[in-house]
Amino acid sequence: MADPLDYLRGFAVTFKKLFEDRVTGDYRGGKAKEGAPDNKRPKPERFHGRHVLNRYEDGMEKCIGCELCAGVCPAKCIYVRGADNDPDDPTSPGERFGYVYEINYLRCIHCDLCVEACPTQAITESKLFEFSFTNRNDAIYTKNELVVDDDGMPQKMPWEDWREGDDQLTSGWMRATSSAGDHRYEGSVHWAGELGYGVRAPEVGQSAGTISTDGGNSPAEVRSENDG
Amino acid sequence: MTLTDPEHLEQSEAGGLGDNIDGAERVKRRGSDSAVLRLSEAECAEIGNDPNTDADDERVLLNMGPSHPSTHGVLRLMLEMEGETVLRSKPVVGYLHTGMEKQAEQLTYLQGGTNVTRMDYASPLFTELAFSLATEKLLGIEVPERATWIRMLMCELNRMSSHLLFMATNGMDLGAVSMMIYGWREREEVLRFFEKVTGLRMNHNYIRPGGVAADMPDGWEADVEHLLALIPPRLEEYDILMTGQPIWRERLQGVGVLNADEALALSATGPILRSTGYAWDLRRDEPYLAYSAVDFDVIVGSYGDCYDRYAIRLNEIRESMRIVEQILDKMPAGDYRVQDKKVTPPPRVRIDQSMEALIHHFKIFTEGYKVPEGEAYACVESPRGELGVYLVSDGTSTPYRMHVRGPSFINVQTMPHLMQNGLIADGVAIISSVDPIMGEVDR
Repeated sequence: MADPLDYLRGFAVTFKKLFEDRVTGDYRGGKAKEGAPDNKRPKPERFHGRHVLNRYEDGMEKCIGCELCAGVCPAKCIYVRGADNDPDDPTSPGERFGYVYEINYLRCIHCDLCVEACPTQAITESKLFEFSFTNRNDAIYTKNELVVDDDGMPQKMPWEDWREGDDQLTSGWMRATSSAGDHRYEGSVHWAGELGYGVRAPEVGQSAGTISTDGGNSPAEVRSENDG
Repeated sequence: MTLTDPEHLEQSEAGGLGDNIDGAERVKRRGSDSAVLRLSEAECAEIGNDPNTDADDERVLLNMGPSHPSTHGVLRLMLEMEGETVLRSKPVVGYLHTGMEKQAEQLTYLQGGTNVTRMDYASPLFTELAFSLATEKLLGIEVPERATWIRMLMCELNRMSSHLLFMATNGMDLGAVSMMIYGWREREEVLRFFEKVTGLRMNHNYIRPGGVAADMPDGWEADVEHLLALIPPRLEEYDILMTGQPIWRERLQGVGVLNADEALALSATGPILRSTGYAWDLRRDEPYLAYSAVDFDVIVGSYGDCYDRYAIRLNEIRESMRIVEQILDKMPAGDYRVQDKKVTPPPRVRIDQSMEALIHHFKIFTEGYKVPEGEAYACVESPRGELGVYLVSDGTSTPYRMHVRGPSFINVQTMPHLMQNGLIADGVAIISSVDPIMGEVDR
């Protein structure tokens, strides 16, 4: 025979919740009326969201039109065509630049393989994940939407719900700056500066053994080891 | 006597095996006393259209699903009912079929992780792990120790999140709606940690051939400790709310009973097999990763009913936490991806320093890496049972064939046997306790 109190103890668990802090927040999807709370929780540094195409600190585009991102994309959502830079008015340093750059967000799965593949850290991901479209063509983002503006900030389209801080760490930055499993490269900067943000700081990781500071692991030594 | 033995078939068609047969024989029965309804769609339609059906025949064919809230997605059950009693039933699968195994043949081994992770979406890291282990077997590479331990940590946390999801859906299916909210709430905490590590809440593409995609983020120990402090008192609440609750016990005990012989005959694994008292856990019996270096118990039941399956999963969360605690102490330092230039792309800085590194980078991300000809099978203990990936390579950079032994798919075939002669209301409890993930069933 069951203890009749056992029934009540179960109810006590749910009843106690009345006096505990709420775990949910006030969220109205960017459609809040004046003054009504509309909160989202902060997103972690590594979060994957809508892509941006970065620029160097001098305003030049980072994309060189190499199509590695399009090649690695498992969802085949990226279309890139490169073209030769005009020597008098180059778009990017070097010979080539991304002439056409399109991402179809109806296909993109935000796996960040493009970010890992990009040799110049041109493509990274912002923290924005709430955007929707009313027709298929709007889902295809072109360079007009993807390239960051003159302050280096992602362009904020009217149908996107940007919040404070979403544009701060515009990347699956850990993927773009991956040390590819070699712990000696953790915590050392080996990427170019970025318009609007400068040179981003690396994650600390296991950087006690970082190559640039440690005498026994000088870059030259690591280099000869790796090329062997 | 075998299944194909004509004498056996004849005998069982006539319903002559009697009720006192035991063990696997019950599973093998054919005909009207079988648990499985063996009727094609056409035959069902014919029965339904026949105007001459005997008016005294109380039997009704009932379709439950594919979009029924308690069938966990798009499982469809065809039930032969007499009143409220389920006589025979047939699970119908395929409503979520997206050709993922075929898709795997188009994707390189590097891209493959993004595909397999979508099969069992409640425990995506396990499919990634099985796929990676199989690929590594073919490549003949050894992953660094830290990668192994990170994989173990993430998988055990994933087992927790998956079982917490089970707690939620199991509660909801049986009318404990507050349990649903609590289960999701705790799972959310685990997913938040995943989001910090992998950047995504599910479908991580984090464990990949050669290691893991990224090292643990700064301050991960504190986050894991937070989880380990947060969840145990919540599990105590579950105990009060459900385990010790007379309503819960009466609803589940003795419902959907399976014995060990039947479970083995049906190739059931995971909590379903363990609930029958058969202690089979790949982590212990065929250790992979570094499971032989950690201490944990394999939880078994004794009655093989829905209550046992619930209790096993609840206690497996606790065992997983025990493992996670040990991993926190033992996490080694070092590389987190194999330093094989043909498999792992070079560190970013090397691209600017060495032409060879740049070429490797381009080759790996466009063409992928070539995997030697051969075949390999690797299996892991997913929250649902033995999850295996069988890979055939023809020496190119994409698999020639990939087959996944999805535990959900195989466990679904226990359903008719669990439901036979039970009430339809218990059927809901049974579907819930089998815990199939339809993405993995249909692949």
